[in-house]
Amino acid sequence: MRRYSVFAVAREALRHHEGWGRAWAAPEPKKKYDVIVVGAGGHGLATAYYLGRNFGIRNVAILEKGWLGGGNTGRNTTIIRSNYLQDPSAAIYEKSRSLYETLSQDLNMNVMFSPRGLLMLAQTEHEARGYKRTVHANALQGVQTEYIDAARVKQLVPIINIAGPRYPVLGALYQPRGGTARHDAVAWGYARACSDMGMDIVQNCEVTAVRSAGGKVVGVETTRGAIDCDKLAMVVAGNASVLAEMAGFRLPIESLALQALVSEPVKPVIDVVVMANTVHGYISQSDKGDLVIGGGTDGYNNYTQRGSWHHIEETIRALVETFPILSRLKMMRQWGGIVDMTGDRSPILSTTPLGNCFVNCGWGTGGFKSIPGSGWAMAELVAKGTPGPLAAEFGLNRFREGRFIDESVAAGVAH
Amino acid sequence: MLTLTCPYCGVAAEETELAPGGEAHLKRFGPGASDEDFEGYLFARKNPKGVHFERWRHAYGCGKWFLAARCTATLEVFGTYPAQVSEPPPDIIAAIKAKRPDWKGYP
Repeated sequence: MRRYSVFAVAREALRHHEGWGRAWAAPEPKKKYDVIVVGAGGHGLATAYYLGRNFGIRNVAILEKGWLGGGNTGRNTTIIRSNYLQDPSAAIYEKSRSLYETLSQDLNMNVMFSPRGLLMLAQTEHEARGYKRTVHANALQGVQTEYIDAARVKQLVPIINIAGPRYPVLGALYQPRGGTARHDAVAWGYARACSDMGMDIVQNCEVTAVRSAGGKVVGVETTRGAIDCDKLAMVVAGNASVLAEMAGFRLPIESLALQALVSEPVKPVIDVVVMANTVHGYISQSDKGDLVIGGGTDGYNNYTQRGSWHHIEETIRALVETFPILSRLKMMRQWGGIVDMTGDRSPILSTTPLGNCFVNCGWGTGGFKSIPGSGWAMAELVAKGTPGPLAAEFGLNRFREGRFIDESVAAGVAH
Repeated sequence: MLTLTCPYCGVAAEETELAPGGEAHLKRFGPGASDEDFEGYLFARKNPKGVHFERWRHAYGCGKWFLAARCTATLEVFGTYPAQVSEPPPDIIAAIKAKRPDWKGYP
């Protein structure tokens, strides 16, 4: 792998940028691998990367039915935060956020991690109390957050309307080291590092069946032929139920459409991430200048990567109320992704009823921020066959045993 | 916008008039059931990519619960029917099979 550096840029500048080469290889799949990871999105690639880096397992294939990072990894609003209420969530999301801090150096790829600060607005008394509680919980968990008043919010976000007619801003939960990163670069960086370790990333390769013998997985059938494996990791977000059906079990997952949109590019107006959960909208400004905007999910099962128009209207209505200055801004593009929602809005990192088959799904609307932590924990689960401390609480058995990690209540909103 | 016809009042309702209620025809398990059955009833979902039977409420209309057969891969609606049945009626099954010959059938 050619290392990316300022010297490489200078060298290539002198020879018409002809020496860069491919960032990752495009091999034909082999007959057999130690581990097959299904899904070359952020989570799948991160799982493979940490399998190689932390556990030395490098005979790994990452199968992708479409193109690398073309699912939710390329469709999210790139928000990174770890201000969760419940201990298991805070642990894995903070691990993830802390890995983002040095991810560019680890991967030798600039993922443009920007810890610009993140605000979750408190717009009702109930919400203000909830966020104060979260701040106390975060203090115990070692996650740096604080509760700030409305004047400080106005100072951090000059364009905000803190005296809105319906929902005035009372304060905010502030995570100074929350922020954003470049979503494509995260996928590309992991892919390049995986390829460099000798792993095979196989795109346009859809899994059509899961083969098992004696209650254990032995391989998969794909559109590019049968491939054997010792262990199988399913990391396919919205398609988790489809793959689980092939493997012969059901998941507590429903796939819903979540939409996002971007405005025309404008000069810098907002240099933090603002989430307004009561009115349901969140916003940040990309380096290009467009405002990246997200809202809530649709309510019904959907695999089409298109969402309902009225949800966009709701999101925009909320933002215009909170940021009146944006009312005449044109919106440029809108798109949808299929998110895998669990009942308690917490992910599943688990062994499954099928031996040597592991599942990582249920990140729902909070997948991007959790990519490094999810991969880290999933790699340990796959390598050892039992979950480590980060994944232990996120097993499938929590539904049977009633040990929910109730972030739907904690966040009061899809996250 | 998704439009479903309410089988009770006959209104072709847009989705803003409706409230989605998740998978239909779940077999109910209660006290005395095994943990597996109860977990399955509460949490495990088919969540298919394709034909899906689901519950809807005509929330801003007649207020009644009804059921719909819909394709989650295309958003095509095969039909709606009253909720007082334990499995999809034959005319709905026929409508689905006419449009999806390779559908494996209910359940």
